[in-house]
Amino acid sequence: MTNKKVLKKGNHVIGAAAIEAGCEFYAGYPITPQNELTEYMAKHMVLNKRPFVQAESEVSAINMVFGASAAGARAMTSSSSPGISLKQEGISYIAGANLPCVIVNMVRGGPGLGNIAGAQSDYFQATRGGGHGDYRLIVLGPNSVQELYDYTMKSFDLADKYRIPVMILGDGYLGQMMESLTLHKYAKPKNLPKKTWALTGCKGRNPNVIKTLYLTPEDALEKHNLELNVKYEKIKKELQLFETINVQNAELVIVAYGTVSRVVKNVIESSDKKIGLFRPISLWPFPENALRNLKCKKFLVVEMSLGQMVEDVKLSLFGTDASVDLIARPGGMIPTEEEIHKKIKLMLK
Amino acid sequence: MQDYLTLLKLKKLPTTWCPGCGNGLVVKALAQAMHELKMNKHNTVIVSGIGCNGRSAGYFNLESIHTLHGRAIPVAEGIKTANPKLNVIVLSGDGDLLAIGGNHLLHASRRKTNITVICVNNRIYGMTGGQASPTTPLNAKTASTPFGNEFPEIDVQPVVLANNNLYARSTVYHFDHLKQVIKKALLDKEFSFVEVMSNCYQGYGKKAGYMHPYEIIMDFKKNYNMSRSHKKELKKNEIGFVKK
Ligand SMILES: Cc1ncc(C[n+]2csc(CCOP(=O)(O)OP(=O)(O)O)c2C)c(N)n1
Ligand code: SF4
Ligand SMILES: [Mg+2]
Repeated sequence: MTNKKVLKKGNHVIGAAAIEAGCEFYAGYPITPQNELTEYMAKHMVLNKRPFVQAESEVSAINMVFGASAAGARAMTSSSSPGISLKQEGISYIAGANLPCVIVNMVRGGPGLGNIAGAQSDYFQATRGGGHGDYRLIVLGPNSVQELYDYTMKSFDLADKYRIPVMILGDGYLGQMMESLTLHKYAKPKNLPKKTWALTGCKGRNPNVIKTLYLTPEDALEKHNLELNVKYEKIKKELQLFETINVQNAELVIVAYGTVSRVVKNVIESSDKKIGLFRPISLWPFPENALRNLKCKKFLVVEMSLGQMVEDVKLSLFGTDASVDLIARPGGMIPTEEEIHKKIKLMLK
Repeated sequence: MQDYLTLLKLKKLPTTWCPGCGNGLVVKALAQAMHELKMNKHNTVIVSGIGCNGRSAGYFNLESIHTLHGRAIPVAEGIKTANPKLNVIVLSGDGDLLAIGGNHLLHASRRKTNITVICVNNRIYGMTGGQASPTTPLNAKTASTPFGNEFPEIDVQPVVLANNNLYARSTVYHFDHLKQVIKKALLDKEFSFVEVMSNCYQGYGKKAGYMHPYEIIMDFKKNYNMSRSHKKELKKNEIGFVKK
């Protein structure tokens, strides 16, 4: 596969990227709007002589990934919101056990069964951990089919580098979207650590133990948490992914990620005012320094959830005299260009 | 107007289901069975799982609850335990009850909670676009088994009979029989389970080479015989009910 330009569907592209990046195990379970990904894996993992499992539930799928990762494999699962909620217990264990894996969430409207439209309402769940305990995931929020391809590949490397679950936080619209992209070859970074911790049969070494239970001494669990935290702090320093457009001299900077950032790009192009875009790509860690360093004093957050990412924006700007406004559309609705223009007019009056 | 129709929300018709889908026949059989047993909205709650069949509850003019995928049985047990006067009926699909919800079935059966579970087995995940379910035939090609299903199907009968509960099987072709076994199950005072062989032309039949939903239904006529014993397990090609 060499730098071929093709037209493909978002969900298929995630599968293609995972296989190109050497995904060695996939377990999934049907749920709209990510079925095309599971179905792609059902075909192409098998054609590539790699294991595909349709599990009996999302709980089963994430625990198979726990096992596959423990055995040293590059492992992935995918689902959409209700299914991702079910995976949370497993994700907490995988994070607590310092294991790598890739989890794809093509978010749909919630709470509960909600609907099957794309949404961003799992932002808190993804960036705050989601399951129980003090832990984090690396969370990436691509906004195009090309980025789904690129960041799916990158997520396997990040997972292995830091021994951490990485979540691709897409949404139903991105998954269903057809767009042209360039398929490029995967090159594995040379400096990835060896998986000396994996359960591969302990020939010539002491047995490895993978666990999340720390009972004694009394502070054993605190120590474990603090060690995890050292890793999280390191990731915060090393991984701050974002895109900016026209932020220099902007009177107003709009902060948006994923699907809705595409709407904002159109707004910026058609506006006669000096509007910039700050688009976080790593949602955890949130690119707080870059946002804080912008000179602008007026920010507008546009999100397809009822005020979730806006909290990270406010935390990033805490102590500055910048003001933060919000357009929030829940339930799978996409903010329109008109409503954003209208808000801009009000804010720049 | 036939009286059983008062149990249904006629304003919601036509249903959202594909033409020829078996789900409607099961709704009709259940409504008629309930009517004949004088069950009504004052004493009955319908609990649905998630799937095409899970939409059935919405067509009943009764208290109903749309639950989580796979969790209809524990929600029903909660209702029954909190309010034992109610008749509690679970209506859902093979994927919902036997895959993600399989564990709950084992335990409700063991607890012998007095609810009736009607499993509409179309042998596929209809709603999500035709992926293999735990009852998809071996070697069948589906959206998630493009090279053929590798695994044998779950046989739910022994799970239900293991605890001496009532197990019944019928098909959407055998409408009157279906109604009779549903009545048996509704009158039972322990855990009861009705497996209804149904069709999903859209999600499975088309791929399996059928030309029309009707052909699948006629296959039920051809392939299933009536069992006369209620003490012996049903053979694979038998319909009837068993309570040991
Ligand atoms: C936790 C969760 N996982 C997955 C889904 C997606 N989903 C909806 S219906 C369904 C399968 C339904 O199959 P079945 O129970 O056989 O019902 P049918 O559509 O065939 O009537 C699935 C997997 C969901 N709603 N929730
Ligand atoms: S997809 Fe299958 S189960 Fe669902 S409504 Fe259509 S025929 Fe019925
Ligand atoms: Mg089904």
